[in-house]
Amino acid sequence: MKLFRSETHFDFIGKRKITLWISTTAILVSVLSILLHGGLNYGVDFAGGLVMQIKLSKLTDIAEVRSNAEAIGLKDAAVQKFGGENEFLIRVEKSSEDLEALSKRIQTSLQERFKDKALEIRRVEVVGPRVGKDLKTKALWAVGLSFLAILIYVAVRFHEFSYGLGGIVALFHDVAVTYGAISIFNLEYSLSLLAVILTIIGFSINDTIVIFDRVRENIKKMRKEDLVTIFNVSINETLERTILTTSTVMMVVVILFLLGGPVIHEFTIALIVGLITGTYSTVYIASPVVLFWEMRISSRRRMKR
Amino acid sequence: MLRSLKLKFVIYAAITLFSILLLLPTVTSELPSWFGKVIPGEKIHLGLDLQGGMYLLLEVEAEKAVGGYIEQIATNLGDELRASSIPVGRVERNREGQIVLEFSGPKEKVDNLLSQHFGMLRELSSSSGEGGIWKYQLILDSKELENLKKRSIDQALEIIRNRIDQFGVSEPEITLQGTDQILVQLPGIKDPQRAINLIGQTALLEFKLVDDEGNLDEALKGNVPAGDIILYQRSVDPRTGAVRRVPYLLKEKTLMTGDVIKDARVAIDSQFNEPYVAMEFNDIGARLFEQVTGANVKKRLAIILDNNVYSAPVIQERIGGGRAQITGRFTTEEAKDLAIVLRSGSLPAPVKIIEQRTVGPSLGQDSIRKGIFSTFISAALVVAFMIFYYRASGIIADIALVLNILITLAALALFRASLTLPGIAGLVLSVGMAVDANILIHERIKEELKWGKTLRAAIDQGYHRAFSAIIDSNLTTLISAIILYQFGTGPVKGFAVTLSIGILANLFTAISVTRWVFDFVTLKTGVKRLSI
Repeated sequence: MKLFRSETHFDFIGKRKITLWISTTAILVSVLSILLHGGLNYGVDFAGGLVMQIKLSKLTDIAEVRSNAEAIGLKDAAVQKFGGENEFLIRVEKSSEDLEALSKRIQTSLQERFKDKALEIRRVEVVGPRVGKDLKTKALWAVGLSFLAILIYVAVRFHEFSYGLGGIVALFHDVAVTYGAISIFNLEYSLSLLAVILTIIGFSINDTIVIFDRVRENIKKMRKEDLVTIFNVSINETLERTILTTSTVMMVVVILFLLGGPVIHEFTIALIVGLITGTYSTVYIASPVVLFWEMRISSRRRMKR
Repeated sequence: MLRSLKLKFVIYAAITLFSILLLLPTVTSELPSWFGKVIPGEKIHLGLDLQGGMYLLLEVEAEKAVGGYIEQIATNLGDELRASSIPVGRVERNREGQIVLEFSGPKEKVDNLLSQHFGMLRELSSSSGEGGIWKYQLILDSKELENLKKRSIDQALEIIRNRIDQFGVSEPEITLQGTDQILVQLPGIKDPQRAINLIGQTALLEFKLVDDEGNLDEALKGNVPAGDIILYQRSVDPRTGAVRRVPYLLKEKTLMTGDVIKDARVAIDSQFNEPYVAMEFNDIGARLFEQVTGANVKKRLAIILDNNVYSAPVIQERIGGGRAQITGRFTTEEAKDLAIVLRSGSLPAPVKIIEQRTVGPSLGQDSIRKGIFSTFISAALVVAFMIFYYRASGIIADIALVLNILITLAALALFRASLTLPGIAGLVLSVGMAVDANILIHERIKEELKWGKTLRAAIDQGYHRAFSAIIDSNLTTLISAIILYQFGTGPVKGFAVTLSIGILANLFTAISVTRWVFDFVTLKTGVKRLSI
């Protein structure tokens, strides 16, 4: 089977002026959203605090759970419905008091209040403020280091700095837009969302490499053509693979989103956004950056020589 | 070519068979006993998020152990000096953790004594004041300090391990993390709060005399007599849950601590039918207890655990034999846990819980069900899609996909790594990578065929050309997975593990195994046209 009856000749690179605007706008919107929200919505993993997931046997109004939290003096506790019926999430952030004691207090009061409703404490997460800060630093290192490692790997494998640079600029774009989506959808930035970011880094560079690989091959074959044509041909030649792979992975992620349960809901939302931008950025960011570098900067240097 | 085809088949078949064997214990529990001896590994461990359990990160406050140690040295120093009949003024630990010593008289004698018996102290400064009074500032040697900290952390680890062993949890994991943190993982624990109490309790048992001459009411107003302290007895009314605090005026000096306990057991009081904890001291403890009780007949001896007074019975007579008991309004469970902490000893320094993640068993089961279900559905859809798109060749890709999942799970069993919920996501993602590799190869072969290559040449070129893209893309993803593993904790690690193993398996299945199938089909069956 084939997606396209004949060879495709889309002029992807020719649209780079328009897509440059789209990308810039996307990044600006992302940064703006994060700034307007006063930074990312850090979950307890990073901010420190307490999360408790409870389940009750009978229909219960969320207000009742909320009033119980207030009754024990928890004014800054957030209560939300979580997943199925009668499941709730109680979240206390950045509390300075002894979190273990607080956790005990909440459990005792809930048990007292919902005696008749077979209260089940399904999950408790308590993260001390220092641990949260540690994790934040670690997360930054993880993202930064993988950028660096990938830059080096790609530059070495393709013998050109520009390819590494193109890949990294595309990664910056993808990471920025995904963080923007996390902020716009007001997702809670947790350890699993950090995992999403790292996955997207992997996926995006994967996609970029497939096209760069084709360019590398075509440069040898099409000696007379200019670089823009070579990129366009390469993107067109790998187009079918790009569409197939992205849609297959997307299909899998959508299934995870629908069936995986509330625990990985946010995980999959962020992943869907990252998949889209990861595919887009290969064509419209990584390739133009290489072209720009090779045509403007490298060639000028070569001419001087 | 044909010879190597056979050889490859043997290798691939062996790997497949080995993977299946590794997974057998996970699928069924009815295996002969010799099986475990022949096949390494065991059934796949589920992470705490899937099977339920508790993850605790404790921080040992080693500084506090140091403080106590210095205080003890200060007391000993004072005693020794007085024993050598040197007039001693102040001997105490100041806020900076230094020992301040004041004495008058022969300096040489004191210096001698310091260097002979208190080698762990360094002199920070010394000055002489009016009337021949010397003032020394002494500090604990930095090497000694480090040793002390390390020792107290190791001890804490050992004691916590002991307590958990006695509490009875299957497959607990207790490890040192970093320099001063202890990681405790307790799968399938039913009463997390009780475990937290048991682990986090310092359990310092002390015996002190009640000061019956001092005025308690005056002391409560703030006029505590010198050498006395106020501690409370907390009692919880089992019906109303109300907490009652009864104050005691005690002599500050500790006569005995719990480190002389040989054994502690729960016993039931025959009169009130209430549980209590019976302690048995070792020889030193027994002698000490006999001395203490003998010297204080008719006085009250308070039994104190972590600064809580449990009881303060009147000493009727000298008690020999080295036995004592702690009563209180215990539930059987409380008494049992108290016996455990007394048996395993007190922590050398308090521990603080800085991270706790607990998942109840039912949530874990929900997650497993959903995880397996969604993995199954997505795998089935991908398999169907590959056949739909690539026809017969799609079956070859599907073999690679199934093998990929099989090998990844088998590796988990072999390396005793745990499968977590993010781990399942990592598995699904590596399936995505595997699909990509297959698509890359198939598309390439199609292209080569389109350019009029023969079937054999097209397959050859297709693999050859797709190879670099597959390697590069997989390796870069592997790089970020490994970095994630290095920096991740708990849940994230699980994701990185399955993703990394999945990628490695992918390189094998997508490149080698599918190639073999293509070669086998075209060389052995005489197929001339490829359905791709």
